[in-house]
Amino acid sequence: MVGLKSKKADRLAQTKQSGGQVRRLSLARQEELYGYLFIAPQLLGFVLFVLGPIIAVFIYSFQERNLLTGAVTFVGPANYIHMFSADRLFSKVISNSLIFTAGLVPLNVVLSLALALLLSYKLRGIGFFRTIYFAPVVTSAVAWAIVWRFMLQHESGPINQYLALIGIDGPNWLREPAWAMVSVIVTRVFKNVGLNMIIYMAAIAALPKSYDEAALVDGANRWQILRYITLPLLAPTTLMVVVITLIGSLKVFDHIVLLTGGGPANATMVLVNYIYHQGFQTFETGYASSLAVILFILTLSLTLLQWSLRRRFVYHEQ
Amino acid sequence: MSNNVDILPGFAGPGRYRQRRRLNRIVMYLVLGVLAIPFFFPFWWMTMSAFKTANEIFAFPPRLIPATWHWYNFVETFQYQPFGRHYFNSLYIAGLVTLGTVLIASLSGYAFARIRFRGDMFLFILLLSSLMMPIEVTIIPNFFLMRALGWSNSHLPLIVIPILGTGGVVGAFLMRQFFLSLPGELEDAAMIDGLNRPGIFWYIALPIARPALGAVAILTFLHSWNSYLEPLVFVDDLRLFTIPLSLNNFTDNYGLPLWHLQLAATTLSVIPILLVFILAQRQFVESFTLSGVKG
Repeated sequence: MVGLKSKKADRLAQTKQSGGQVRRLSLARQEELYGYLFIAPQLLGFVLFVLGPIIAVFIYSFQERNLLTGAVTFVGPANYIHMFSADRLFSKVISNSLIFTAGLVPLNVVLSLALALLLSYKLRGIGFFRTIYFAPVVTSAVAWAIVWRFMLQHESGPINQYLALIGIDGPNWLREPAWAMVSVIVTRVFKNVGLNMIIYMAAIAALPKSYDEAALVDGANRWQILRYITLPLLAPTTLMVVVITLIGSLKVFDHIVLLTGGGPANATMVLVNYIYHQGFQTFETGYASSLAVILFILTLSLTLLQWSLRRRFVYHEQ
Repeated sequence: MSNNVDILPGFAGPGRYRQRRRLNRIVMYLVLGVLAIPFFFPFWWMTMSAFKTANEIFAFPPRLIPATWHWYNFVETFQYQPFGRHYFNSLYIAGLVTLGTVLIASLSGYAFARIRFRGDMFLFILLLSSLMMPIEVTIIPNFFLMRALGWSNSHLPLIVIPILGTGGVVGAFLMRQFFLSLPGELEDAAMIDGLNRPGIFWYIALPIARPALGAVAILTFLHSWNSYLEPLVFVDDLRLFTIPLSLNNFTDNYGLPLWHLQLAATTLSVIPILLVFILAQRQFVESFTLSGVKG
């Protein structure tokens, strides 16, 4: 608004000045120029490192490319045909990614909401707990995974050692397919749940108190207030948190590489692991690019879904 | 929302009511404490193991505190591989990325918030669209681009791509939100005093924007410090490693982890960040809340 107004004022000043000395650039033109100048570095970077590569990855996906030899041949949709009809590891990877996501998202969202609700109680020392729950978020995923890999070892890891002390024979967490997936999901939830927690906390702090009070006067108990007032009011936040977590879970890489390396027997190999594996370990960059296109389509459709849902199912938005 | 309950004493007498409240409080602390274990224990175990000998790490029954404080792991960490060098690499790369991102992001964030130019909305949305494109999607073309530029196996990709790519866009978005709330009178007054746009940006807008700059700086530094995929793809030489690559490189001849060194090195990389986080907790939490809300 301010910009518009001053633009008009500039034009006025300009007409008044006409007949006076000729200026090289009118103020409005000068403003525009500065605008472009200010965004120029970022725009250039966007074209070079985001837009260009996105276009390139689509082109690569129709090629057979070798990272080492540099040989490039156009193969049409062969990569995609191979992916969906012949590559059994791909279907395994997709189902792993789905299992990972289906396990991680509900666990993360429910736990983050529960923690945020607990932390919204006025208790002495509550900030201390917030610090602890949030600390893994600022810690590197690599460090977090290394420590958990150590702790989840079969016989010499502290978790199984403590379980042994109370007479439980713990499983080989990271070497048995089903347990490996569970371990990867649960430790990832502990790593990132703090982020959703503080988003929920900010949303809870902004909720109008009058609704709760009215409900209390009407005789509602805490559970009813939570179920019929707080949760519906938090719906926009929940939607956002779910989508952020979904997209994040599709992009997981370092956590799994360091915890299980995608094993045992590819039981925890997810999409980005597979892209890295194909592109930089077997050097099939063309095929890896077609996998990257799949990742792109998945994240894009999730983001679009978020936008359309926002309009429809959210009760309450500023 | 909880303390509303306290306003209504209910049907119970005041004594019983107070008793119930105390019981509630104890249950709350218990729940919070039990939930804290999986968040806190990894840090504890990491730090304590860093002080244990290679044998004591596997001792049964496990020891929450080392029998003797064994400082030598930290020395060995630096002898086993150029960990000091790796530490320095991570520090200076994250520092440069933060500096560059803050500058680029505040420039474009300012322009999108305060300057009208043709196509500004379109360009802003175009830039924002990069938030939907994870770097994992573009890493292969970027690898070829870096090779064509002669930048592969150097730190340049780790510095330039985050500043000018998606990382900077997140920053620009946060900066724009801040600059939108800037009162227009401030700029008008500065203009009357004869400052041009760059002058206003540098002398008026930027100094006021310190909280937003801090948020962008915190998020950017952590992102660079913690990143793993990019250095893994772009860097080969041991001397060029960053901390995340280095941590996973404390292995014996069979590629099995040397736990006492790995955990000592991990401790050295995690604890300084945690200390800064604890000291500047409010800023950290606010920054991450902002970054999340952007959606």
